[in-house]
Amino acid sequence: MAGIVIDRIAKSFGAVSALKEVSLEIADGEFVALLGPSGCGKTTLLRIMAGLETRSSGRVLIGGRDVSDLKPYERGLAMVFQNYAVFPHMTVYDNVGFGLTMQKKPKDVIDRQVKKAAALLHIEPYLERYPAKLSGGQRQRVAVARALAVEPAVLLMDEPLSNLDALLRLEMRAELKSVLREAGTTTVYVTHDQTEAMGLADRIAVMHGGKIVQIAPPTEVYSRPASMFVGGFVGSPPMNFIPVEARAGSVALGGQTLAAPRASGALTLGFRGEDVTLAPPGEAMPFTVRVAEPMGSHLLLTGRIGDAVVRVVAPPASIVKAGETVGLRLDPDRIVFMDAATGAATDLAA
Amino acid sequence: MTQSRWLPYALIAPAMVFLGIFFIVPLVQTIMLSFQGGSGFGLENYSKMVGDLNFGLAIKNTFLLVLTVIPLQVGLALAMGMMLQKMTAGRDVVLWIWTIPLGVSDLAAGLVWLALLQNTGYINSMLFAMGLIEGPTPWLNSETPVTLFVAVVLAEVWRATAIVLVILVGGLQLIPKEFGEAAEIFGAKPWTRFTRITLPLLKPSLQSALILRTVLAFEVFAVVYALGGRNFPVLVGEAYVWQRENQNYGVAAAYAVLVMIISLAATIFWLRALRTKPEAQA
Repeated sequence: MAGIVIDRIAKSFGAVSALKEVSLEIADGEFVALLGPSGCGKTTLLRIMAGLETRSSGRVLIGGRDVSDLKPYERGLAMVFQNYAVFPHMTVYDNVGFGLTMQKKPKDVIDRQVKKAAALLHIEPYLERYPAKLSGGQRQRVAVARALAVEPAVLLMDEPLSNLDALLRLEMRAELKSVLREAGTTTVYVTHDQTEAMGLADRIAVMHGGKIVQIAPPTEVYSRPASMFVGGFVGSPPMNFIPVEARAGSVALGGQTLAAPRASGALTLGFRGEDVTLAPPGEAMPFTVRVAEPMGSHLLLTGRIGDAVVRVVAPPASIVKAGETVGLRLDPDRIVFMDAATGAATDLAA
Repeated sequence: MTQSRWLPYALIAPAMVFLGIFFIVPLVQTIMLSFQGGSGFGLENYSKMVGDLNFGLAIKNTFLLVLTVIPLQVGLALAMGMMLQKMTAGRDVVLWIWTIPLGVSDLAAGLVWLALLQNTGYINSMLFAMGLIEGPTPWLNSETPVTLFVAVVLAEVWRATAIVLVILVGGLQLIPKEFGEAAEIFGAKPWTRFTRITLPLLKPSLQSALILRTVLAFEVFAVVYALGGRNFPVLVGEAYVWQRENQNYGVAAAYAVLVMIISLAATIFWLRALRTKPEAQA
């Protein structure tokens, strides 16, 4: 078990800077998700932690030890790859035991550890089979078992569920969470899927353009995004943003007066689709519905407030038709203000 | 629908006709010919072939050559292929240069090495200029069987390693890099990664390369003929001599059939030795 310190890691490929002095501290036993769109540098950062990629500058510490210049196998970690990378020419048993065999562990130790990891991932019936005979989900279980069998201090996972179909992904997600909680392994999990990050992680590090733009627990990333990018990337539907004007320290919106972080000037107001209540059009902010989609659990309304596209999550039984204008009342405790120019969150207290 | 039933056959028909006329018919004719002697249908040609003074030597030389050249070529091609995998810049240029000998015919390759190694060749001239030898030194005659053998091996390795390389490079590129990375993460050092991961996954390509090279190596002739003439008898060389100089087509055909049987046996050997169990395929 060990914590990880990423100390000002930078990486450039030629003239392109993939990582711009990223720093991150991960506590022992913590589960951190690196979340971001493709090209944000999350996989590069993970591969630098693993030692599969060289860094341009900075340090990686695992358990207080500087591992920056060590070989991958000297760092005391294990990794699960997106395409599983389960060796096709070895049985499941040999795959799971591969790390221990490489460490030249005695046969009985290998046998014990392989069986333990196999039991944890429910793959005991397949131990003598070859991976070609297994489904994608089973192969990924083998890959996770292979990683856990060496009892690593740190487990790195690179989009491990993205090759699975939706239902299997949901199932594996829940299972991964319980297995890793039980193992207590410090885990860094790269994903572009915000629901995976939300569901699994103790903390989410949202990455954008080679930087970590926010690191916080999932609920905080969701309801208090550090920037318009985070608000728009995390959550489905994404956070809504409408331009507002502050006057005398408050913002007036269709009958509602909201405390603003600044005395005056242009701001962007952000709110989640589910943090509103529908009201008669005259009494609240007018919202023109373009499309109404009954999703079963809720009614998804897409429309406009002024020029801004807004998505609202209404109760499933609401009766709203396309073309109608309804009023929206915001929950004042659940709104955020962003600087209109920079897109960064402005603190109400500031 | 009726059209699609005969269309595939119609499309492969020209190839089948071509193969039939230029491959199957001569093959059958050769086999027939090898059994036709002066006293009718029988094994007369075969007993003449086996009874010939050079037969044992040709068998020995051919096998010795195959057993020396093939491991050298595969070893070299593997090393070259792994080096190419590690390269980023200039990889294609290096591969291109390494495969130039592929475009040289085997007789031309033999003549190139003859120009280097004959009594008044480039190597002797160079050694003489450096004061290392007194005068023209023979390397390729019947009194120097070892250097002659080494020269043939050198020329064959130079000429035909590239085809093994091309097949192996194709195979190496098919192995996802994550396999190597996973092995590295779990503690496999470079040599272990090569033997435990790369080689097993390369088995299908190795098999193709070995079958192709072994069959062609048993047919070795032009390089040997250019460098040593009959000083180094090989099976196909003997077939040529019986056909051309002795004008005995029957014995020549017997040699051809023998080479074919050896090639078939070699192919079956590699198919079995490097079989990938269907369930262990990637």
